[in-house]
Amino acid sequence: MTVDLAVGIGGLRLANPVMPASGTFAEGLDKAVDFDRLGAFVTKTITRELRTGNPLPRVVERPGGLINSIGIPSKGVPYFLAHTLPYYGRFRPPLVVSISAPTAEGFASLAAELTRPGIAAIEANISCPNIEEDGKAFAMRAASTEAVVRQLRAATSLPLWVKLTPNTGDLPEVARAAEAAGADALVVANTILAMAIDLQTFRPSLGSVMGGLSGPAVKPIVLRQVFQCAQAVDIPVIGCGGISTAEDAIEYLLAGASAVQVGTATFVQPAAMTTIIDGIGRFCEKRDIARVADLIGAVVTEEADQPDLAWVAPAE
Amino acid sequence: MAIEQSVSMATAKDSFFIAAADDARPPRDWTETVVAERGEVLLNQAVNAEYRHLVVRCGPVAAKAVAGQFFQLLCPHPEGEQPFLRRPMSLYGVDPAKSEVEFLYKVTGAGTRGLALIAPGDRLDIMGPLGKGFDLDPGLRHIVAVGRGAGLATLAPLAKAARANGTRVTAIFSARRPDLLVSVDLFRGHGAEVITVTDSQGTSGPAHVERILRGLIADGRAEAFFTCGSSRLMRVQQRLAREFAIAGQVAMEQQMACGLGLCFCCVRDFHVGGEIVHRRVCWDGPVFDLMEALP
Repeated sequence: MTVDLAVGIGGLRLANPVMPASGTFAEGLDKAVDFDRLGAFVTKTITRELRTGNPLPRVVERPGGLINSIGIPSKGVPYFLAHTLPYYGRFRPPLVVSISAPTAEGFASLAAELTRPGIAAIEANISCPNIEEDGKAFAMRAASTEAVVRQLRAATSLPLWVKLTPNTGDLPEVARAAEAAGADALVVANTILAMAIDLQTFRPSLGSVMGGLSGPAVKPIVLRQVFQCAQAVDIPVIGCGGISTAEDAIEYLLAGASAVQVGTATFVQPAAMTTIIDGIGRFCEKRDIARVADLIGAVVTEEADQPDLAWVAPAE
Repeated sequence: MAIEQSVSMATAKDSFFIAAADDARPPRDWTETVVAERGEVLLNQAVNAEYRHLVVRCGPVAAKAVAGQFFQLLCPHPEGEQPFLRRPMSLYGVDPAKSEVEFLYKVTGAGTRGLALIAPGDRLDIMGPLGKGFDLDPGLRHIVAVGRGAGLATLAPLAKAARANGTRVTAIFSARRPDLLVSVDLFRGHGAEVITVTDSQGTSGPAHVERILRGLIADGRAEAFFTCGSSRLMRVQQRLAREFAIAGQVAMEQQMACGLGLCFCCVRDFHVGGEIVHRRVCWDGPVFDLMEALP
């Protein structure tokens, strides 16, 4: 049987539910992966201004993952429009552009400028520090999330994806705030704030002291967060956290994700995304599942029939 | 299938995006030029007190590797350790006819400790070829290769490539002790002259190496510099390259994660057009113009 891998994300139809996570994808991957096979492209986060990024070292490995503090190096909007946008125009998958700004107004003006042909959706990376909120990330709180998403919504007619941070006390509440403000989809989640210390030098392993943990180590945590968010909102949720196999991706779909983003796994196996696409197809085929969309939210949580354990009095 | 339409998406914006599944464009002709494959290990043995020689059977894509390029090796886990990322390893040798790639590595951490455990017949996941290699102009008559430590391994494939072009090579190889010098026989086997300098003999200082290089320049045997493994010796060559208008290339090292220019963790500062700019060692290099490199 032919399995229909297509999924819908807030008005956008993807050929399959697998796409890269922002920050782990660039033109160089074309050497190892046929770009036309991906569900979508998601660019590295761009900012209006030029940014060089954080001091080195920028990455440290830990069992089952890595901690990064790359710091959003960005060549700015003019470079993006002149080079990156035409490059991705040669391929079939829709282009999702990840953006970041230090203020809600900055987010809005960047989104407005990028609302143009060739760009299929905006992914707002609101996990970065908000200078109006004392450096706290927008997505840490429902109120600041709602404020920035509302401005973004007014600024662009493109599908608006909002990437949330796992480093907040009440993620479902933040998710609902993003939905109420007009988000078309949520990406759950960014990296988990983490740290490592070098025992040779007693110094932090990363140049910026703290960084974001990603990789298989975070998968059970983010899977739970995707499940919670999918319960809390009606808009699609895109799962992103430690996915390195088709089985991981299917777990996310079952938990309620409409699509998945693959990041750190690509650093270890460059063809991880296409391997996952193939694996999802094989899984569905084996189980006679005609459409991958049928897996979305299909986790069974109602109580299974329990054997009757009522104590039976022994016969006298 | 039914497509969800959120409220805010009520206006038709179909003209703004292409649904990939409905794209009528014919598929483009794509072939992979970087492959991750599980190659059979043919050899993995110590060559001296510090370095080990690894030979792996590879496919046709990997066998196209050139001098200066590198591979990312997925190292097995030694007991009690879990290296997560691949380890970048410069190409020590390649034989397209036999479909073999070679590496020379020093055991320094969890990854290389795992690598040292592999036996011939085992499989090793190698990914490559990666990065920009040395640009060896066939018109060059005589070049100089200057290396130290692990840089000797990186320069090794130059000997064969230069010989194929009919380019003569003089190599200056530096190490802490004579027994740690690697690639010397390999270079000599390809007809290169090798001058060795070591810390233990007191011959490896920059001033002494500079005297040797000035002698080679005077003899017309230094049309280009190729270097790897020592910031001090790189600075000597930069000074001489400026003084005598000699072209040069340097292979740089940096901690890496992805190897394909995706993650931006391996950036270094380079001096380009009067400005200091960041470049990715894995993607823009690892071989760079000698005059742009900063220690």
